[in-house]
Amino acid sequence: MLPPSSSVLILDGPAIERALRRIAHEIVERNPALQDLVLAGIPSRGVEIARRLISIIEQIGHARPEFGRIDVSMHRDDIRERLSPVEVSQLPLDLEGRTIILVDDVFFTGRTCRAAMDALMSFGRPRCVQLAVLVDRGHRELPIRPDYVGKNLPTSLKERVYVRLRGPDEADDSVWLSKP
Amino acid sequence: MTTWKRKDLLSMQELSADEITAVLDTSAAFKQVGSRQIKKVPALRGKTLVNFFVEPSTRTRISFELAAFRLSADVVNISPTTSSLTKGETLKDTARNLQALHADIIVLRHQSAGAAQFLAERLQSSIVNAGDGAHEHPTQALLDVFTIRERKGRIAGLHIVIIGDILFSRVARSNIWALLKLGARVTLAGPSTLVPRAFAEMGVAVSHSIDDILPAADVVNLLRIQHERQQKQFFPSLGEYVHLFGLTRKRAEILKPDCLIMHPGPINRGIEIDSEIADSPRSVILDQVTNGLAVRMAVLYLCAGGKKLG
Repeated sequence: MLPPSSSVLILDGPAIERALRRIAHEIVERNPALQDLVLAGIPSRGVEIARRLISIIEQIGHARPEFGRIDVSMHRDDIRERLSPVEVSQLPLDLEGRTIILVDDVFFTGRTCRAAMDALMSFGRPRCVQLAVLVDRGHRELPIRPDYVGKNLPTSLKERVYVRLRGPDEADDSVWLSKP
Repeated sequence: MTTWKRKDLLSMQELSADEITAVLDTSAAFKQVGSRQIKKVPALRGKTLVNFFVEPSTRTRISFELAAFRLSADVVNISPTTSSLTKGETLKDTARNLQALHADIIVLRHQSAGAAQFLAERLQSSIVNAGDGAHEHPTQALLDVFTIRERKGRIAGLHIVIIGDILFSRVARSNIWALLKLGARVTLAGPSTLVPRAFAEMGVAVSHSIDDILPAADVVNLLRIQHERQQKQFFPSLGEYVHLFGLTRKRAEILKPDCLIMHPGPINRGIEIDSEIADSPRSVILDQVTNGLAVRMAVLYLCAGGKKLG
């Protein structure tokens, strides 16, 4: 779905690139053992962001964190309201002792993150779980907060945030805010 | 969003190729749940599933039951011996009672064709057809197609040969619909009494000599000879059936080396298939059982999230 023409551009390509670089530096700073790190993207755009973060971390940190993908749809609590496509998860066989960073595009109510944490625990018992998001738009409904944020974007509940990324969207990298 | 919008799964005939593919893709994700440390997801937590098996079945019922457990649903089993149907209650009344108990999903096996459709039109609950008479058995077809796709990477363009009791087989009917919609070529084979020429109208080839068609098959699906459905003799003897249509060790030699051998079970060793062939590496009979669980999880998940059509 395209952002409506009245939308306001919040981040352009270079701004997204800068935000991801900063997050990558913060991740390296907080996690000296990069080889124990798994960046697990939440489909669909979280997966693309996780891939990009991994290649930036590899450039700056000399070690490559492992890539993961975590399906959250079967752990959601709102199956009657929205039936999201279920995807195959991809995670290391043994999560014991690993640090998992969940990666998503927009952080909103916190329910997706809760579902992702539940899903993760069914695969094993990681040592630590962190959360990285490109945009935090507020309106939390659960006591969860991100560890790494690309852009804090105060919004009203009526507004919508659109993230477009090269790759999954076949569009230029951009973040838009649509007014009601 | 997914392409799946239905609350019920009643037949393969009514599904589009896109809907079938949506179920297969969803099944692949649910198959992975079986390899996790915790083989259970909360997707259907708080939902009640009724396994309503008017016609006896063990393996399909257990597969649905386990699928529901893995989705965290609560399960009630009703079999002919515990059901009031034997006391003269109609199917509709029994079903309305189930709905009054807030059953979210009813998995129905019934000896009458159209029974699942009948309930789906009258109840708010999701209805999953687990076999209605000789009509359809959609989850069996879905797991067969899933198994073929998993091994071959595709369905379109493959040549699938279905051998055996086609006339009485809801498995065959559902498979034919699913395979044709996904672009496969289907040939049916068996005694002319069990494989009438009329099936050609569905868009499949019909053969009464399997030795001519086996060398070109990518998949051979052997159906069980259903003694219980046959009121009269449809072929002279089991010995003659084996001679003409059994997948014997000798006959298996003319198959392609990578031809898949399938059977919905329970197998009659030495009749439809030689024991040695059933246990050979080309046989995917046990994969079908494993995949059946994943496919049924996907179906329950999708139907629970679907809405009543129309």
